Amino acid sequence: MAKRLSVVDVQRCVGCQSCMFACVRRFGKGGLEGSCIHVRSAGGFHQGFVVHVCRACDNPICSRVCPTDALTPREGGGVHLKPERCIGCGNCIEACPFGAITKDDERDKVIVCNYCGYCASYCPYDVIKHEEIIR
Amino acid sequence: MNLQTCQNDLTRILYIDLTKRSFRVEDRPDIFQDSIGGSGAAIRLLEENCPVGADPLGPENPIIFAVGPLVGLYPLASKTIAMFKSPHTGNLGESHAGGRSAVSIRMAGYGAIVITGKSEIPIFLDIDEGKVSFKDATSLWGMSSSFSVGSVLRGMTDESGFRTIMRIGRAGEKQVSYACVVTETFRHFGRLGLGAVFGSKLLKGVVVSGKRSIPVADKKAYRNVYDEIFHASTSSSVMQKYHELGTAVNVWPLNNIGGLPTRNLQSGKFEMASNLSGEHLAAHYLGRRVACAHCPVACIHLAALRIPYPHDPYFYKTIMIGYDHELIYAVGSMLGIGDTEKMLMVIDEVEIQGMDMMTTGVVLAWATEAFQRGLITTQDTGDLRPDWGNAEVYIEMIRRIVQQPNDFYRALAHGVEHAASVYGGLDYALSFGKNEMPGYHTGPACHLGYLTGARHSHLDSAGYSLDQKAAATGKTLTPNEVAEALVKEETWRQILTSLTICLFARGIYTPDVSRRALEAAGFPWNEADFDRIGKDILLRKQLFKAREGFNLLSLRLPKRIFETAAPAGSFDEAFMRQAIYKYAALIGLLPVDEE
Repeated sequence: MAKRLSVVDVQRCVGCQSCMFACVRRFGKGGLEGSCIHVRSAGGFHQGFVVHVCRACDNPICSRVCPTDALTPREGGGVHLKPERCIGCGNCIEACPFGAITKDDERDKVIVCNYCGYCASYCPYDVIKHEEIIR
Repeated sequence: MNLQTCQNDLTRILYIDLTKRSFRVEDRPDIFQDSIGGSGAAIRLLEENCPVGADPLGPENPIIFAVGPLVGLYPLASKTIAMFKSPHTGNLGESHAGGRSAVSIRMAGYGAIVITGKSEIPIFLDIDEGKVSFKDATSLWGMSSSFSVGSVLRGMTDESGFRTIMRIGRAGEKQVSYACVVTETFRHFGRLGLGAVFGSKLLKGVVVSGKRSIPVADKKAYRNVYDEIFHASTSSSVMQKYHELGTAVNVWPLNNIGGLPTRNLQSGKFEMASNLSGEHLAAHYLGRRVACAHCPVACIHLAALRIPYPHDPYFYKTIMIGYDHELIYAVGSMLGIGDTEKMLMVIDEVEIQGMDMMTTGVVLAWATEAFQRGLITTQDTGDLRPDWGNAEVYIEMIRRIVQQPNDFYRALAHGVEHAASVYGGLDYALSFGKNEMPGYHTGPACHLGYLTGARHSHLDSAGYSLDQKAAATGKTLTPNEVAEALVKEETWRQILTSLTICLFARGIYTPDVSRRALEAAGFPWNEADFDRIGKDILLRKQLFKAREGFNLLSLRLPKRIFETAAPAGSFDEAFMRQAIYKYAALIGLLPVDEE
């Protein structure tokens, strides 16, 4: 079964961004560029936070609007990204209703979650979970 | 081993001139090589950029923000150090804040930002990596609430999630000498008047944003050290108290030992402290917990307060109010306010105006006692009658301190030392080196820390902790022993604040862990460097203070601290003077043989 990252309870999010740093650290780097998960305040810290990450759609619209087949549907939901095919057009970024796809400005390629779950193990408050997709 | 040019972008410094509306970037590995970053880099930049005798509210006073090498790499490396000449004390202004400030500055590609000059019109700075925009803030000037300013700036800038939004409230515009700078709504460059310096430059806010990755020297070691620190910060007992109840966890135990300053320190015990305890607040009001960027601990506790509109049935507002130990002391016990909701409403008003909460509370506490003793009258207060527990009067006084309608409120707007030097009552004007006292009356060491510490903060050298150990073990320390312990702690803390680690994580970032964290990332400093650099930074700060007229040996000691019983036992002025002398000798300000 395919797994994805689920946002289990965003109300528990404290905005520490440990997940974002984890996503970058996966590649052995510090900082935030290249993170596939994004935590933002919901309009000021007093409002709490929102988490943007790929929810692994069954029929992903990002893949349908990709002109170069850089994003192809993954069995069970979500997409595979082939960075070498990405021309950085940004169609997928505009199409995704969740804001889950972003641009890596250092490489001019899009970035999207590959469902590895590394970030979830650094969420101290069980906001996100790496789990099997049940439809 | 030397720092390389532009190493990990840490050594890049952004200089902004508000007068010329220009900016430039310099690579200064020399600044960071012998200072690490943060406090150490900031004091060197202050030496370079602040002329001797500068007017703290003049264009020549620089605003310096500096972060450290671990920011963006490790958890709890989350602090920005601000340095400036303080309009409140007339010497070293140093204030630390978290929020997203440190990570954003580092992600924008800088180790430090230096802002000089003065704008012709109100502006805010929008720093987005290499781009600096000087944006018109004339319409924001005079907005009644610092909260509204924050939400307007959120709408006017991009990069949500990757930015810090620093701003001042009305107090900063009106140059109240203890106005603060608010960042991310609930964190503050609270102490020593950075907000007034912003105001003097017509600088309403500074937004910094960016994202980048930071390469490390040893990927495997980096992940290992990261995991060690991360697990210590989420699962160890070291951080548990900050994690669950926040700093308010201190209120109840401190009151139990008689160390919670109450009613202008006429007592160390507050009979209504149970209403102000971290436990009570968490059980009845805690509405949300939030964190600084890259801090899994989330010590920021927000109370949700539902307030009815008195003349409009079925109309309510629910506001979120950040609370911490120091706030609860300053506008709770110190003002005799034992009603939890009224205390929260006073906190909210101070936040709206953008003032240092500790100083505000101490100023109002002195005013209350001075009023009761007849030194000030209703003519001075404009018919207000300050009285312990009367939150409504205090809220109105806070507004008037900002508006400054007469000489009395103008005096209050310059702090308790100034006000008491005009109206009398210096014996119970609780400032130390002109900075108002923090929330501990535990014994001689806490007060010695406030007096000698470079920024007159309880966090300089944690004297309150020494006192509490002495009280618990029954072993009293000599003046020289207190001085030695304070100097040792303050010296090490120069390193933590140069790495810009949150001081709450001091139990995790031991010298060994700090060295390994730096090594994995590729930075050169080791334990021997820590000792040398820590001493150097502390001495530089004290020399800057001396340069601007501060003298450790002529410090005023408020009599009240000797009169009110403290948990670690009684102490006198002779004890304090000896310890101060020893402190000055130990840090290298006085030749040791003069003792």
